[in-house]
Amino acid sequence: MTTDFGVVPDLTPEQEHESGAPALEAASERRAARRGFLVALPSFAYLVIFFAIPLVIVLVYSFATRNPRGITELRDWNVEAYRALAEPLLRSVLVRTLVLALLTTVICLALSYPFAYYMATRDSEVVRTLLLIGVMIPFWSNFLVRTYVIRVLLSSSGPLSEASQSIGLGEVDIAFSNAAVLIGLVYGFLPFMILPLYAALERIDWNLVEAARDLYASGWKAFRRVVWPLSRPGVVAGCILVFVPSFGAYVTSDILGGAKNPLFGNYIVNQFLQARDWPAGAAVSVVILAVMLIGTLVYFRTGGRTL
Amino acid sequence: MGELTETPGRADDAEVPRPVESVRLESVTKRFDTVIAVDSVGLSIGEGEFFSLLGPSGCGKTTTLRMIAGLEFPTEGSIRIHGEEMGLRPPNKRPVNTVFQNYALFPHMSVAQNVSFGLEMRKVAKAERTQRVAQAIALVQLTGMENRKPAALSGGQQQRVALARALVNRPRVLLLDEPLGALDLKLRQEMQSELKALQQQVGLTFVYVTHDQEEALTMSDRIGVMNQGHLLQVGPPEEIYEQPLTRFVADFIGRTNLLDATVESAEIVCLANGDRLPAASGLPAGAKVSVSLRPERLAVRPRDSVSPDMLALEGEVDRVTYMGNAVVYGVKVGWMTIEVRQENEPGTVRHEVGDEVSVTWVPEAMSLVVA
Repeated sequence: MTTDFGVVPDLTPEQEHESGAPALEAASERRAARRGFLVALPSFAYLVIFFAIPLVIVLVYSFATRNPRGITELRDWNVEAYRALAEPLLRSVLVRTLVLALLTTVICLALSYPFAYYMATRDSEVVRTLLLIGVMIPFWSNFLVRTYVIRVLLSSSGPLSEASQSIGLGEVDIAFSNAAVLIGLVYGFLPFMILPLYAALERIDWNLVEAARDLYASGWKAFRRVVWPLSRPGVVAGCILVFVPSFGAYVTSDILGGAKNPLFGNYIVNQFLQARDWPAGAAVSVVILAVMLIGTLVYFRTGGRTL
Repeated sequence: MGELTETPGRADDAEVPRPVESVRLESVTKRFDTVIAVDSVGLSIGEGEFFSLLGPSGCGKTTTLRMIAGLEFPTEGSIRIHGEEMGLRPPNKRPVNTVFQNYALFPHMSVAQNVSFGLEMRKVAKAERTQRVAQAIALVQLTGMENRKPAALSGGQQQRVALARALVNRPRVLLLDEPLGALDLKLRQEMQSELKALQQQVGLTFVYVTHDQEEALTMSDRIGVMNQGHLLQVGPPEEIYEQPLTRFVADFIGRTNLLDATVESAEIVCLANGDRLPAASGLPAGAKVSVSLRPERLAVRPRDSVSPDMLALEGEVDRVTYMGNAVVYGVKVGWMTIEVRQENEPGTVRHEVGDEVSVTWVPEAMSLVVA
């Protein structure tokens, strides 16, 4: 991998070949490789210190023992925390989280694809840029603030409810429900779906659609057989980018779902901060990680490399 | 056949086997906002004909082709394919297929899947499909490459896949949009003769768009020369080359010297230097014309060897370019420099820069074009 960084502007392969001598060439390649490593070193160090080591700590703690006073002790290694995952309470949290994350992903995809398609097919560069900025504007304000605003919007005294009452449809109160969490998740993660979809669709050569039409494909068939398969890397990337964070969502469900509808994320926080059962929290974290890892691996195996 | 039985008694129909019309354009105009891309083009292409639309980029030739394919619709005018009015019929419902400029092969499909696409869309049964795909791939000599993706093929091979993908559908008309433009010279020349042979073998109507005049001359049965949205001249290659009607056609097809002239009478035109040349123009006196003289139809000779039956202009050799099989002279004749190409045959006298010479030609070598 270091050779990727090894191409430095003052030493292109052509120039190396001109020098002719193989020994010199090998030496210069080694030097380029070393220089590449040095360039990447800060990022390496950052990733190791703040990602790799904490992950190992979480993994270790998931096998640790919790003593009667609630203190975690790094001895008597066991898999008790993992066994607890099979308990009905935790299982229902898992199912809820899974369903919500999947629904979020599907709804985001259904909403984003037509929009990304529209963006990608605009001829005017200005229009495309404006639409893209429109997608990103929400990122410029605080996520917590936006989530609280949704709570206000959905509460029984909110504008949605007022509008509903004024036309005689009665009070709407979906704050603190699964629906509210779903709305919040979709709202929060929509851009993560739109952007990779747009990137994939924008790269498609639209001559291919003309070629398909010329070869007797209807508009829909041309989409099914050409556009959709070619945009699939974007679809998969978007789905991963939405599914993974919704599966671990914490703030959204905390604010919009209330205490009675916990997700995996809330459960983990509870284990660490309230129940003081670190092994249990760590075990759930490890399981989530493993699921994500498997999903990502499957993605790369099934041709995700083209992304 | 139906048309012939309608008028059984007419002798002229029986004597001259009239070619069946394949594509007909009637005053077809295409406007994009304020730009007129194609301006009132009328055209009739016969069945089995190799017809080329030739012109510089932006002349409207590709737009014309796209309108036949149904990828664009005319602003005005009518397009008929085998007698049927196309109107706003979408491309998937027209009996034509296109070979696109950059092939537009589906990158996510193998060679066989690409070729099979059109048949699948038309719901051809699997057994027949497999057979026809194999045939088409064999026709373009790509047997063995069926499972490759387009990215793993060379430019020439991709070109062949594009051709097979279109031909497999047995369209009545094959439209080709600069199909050889992306290939290097040697491969392009090879593909030119292959394409021509293939066209004769399958007997299809080809509508071929190109900006390469040599390509159009060598391959076509007839050529339509376009410029700025206008169809300037339609005819067989020889006619286009030998009897260009306009200055643009004369200049665009091959190399030529264009000498400004004025019509003096029905038989005489007058050059800028006052020389009079015998040329029947059919234009009123005073009309501005150009005399087109192809470099290879001219000769450079010493002034004392000019015989009275030759047409001649006196000048001085300005440059000499040795090209191996020929020598090209630039002869300054006062108000302009005339290019003369002399084949490099044994015994030809070579002239030097500064030599006082005459440029001579026979009357038939000359053609008159309007400006």
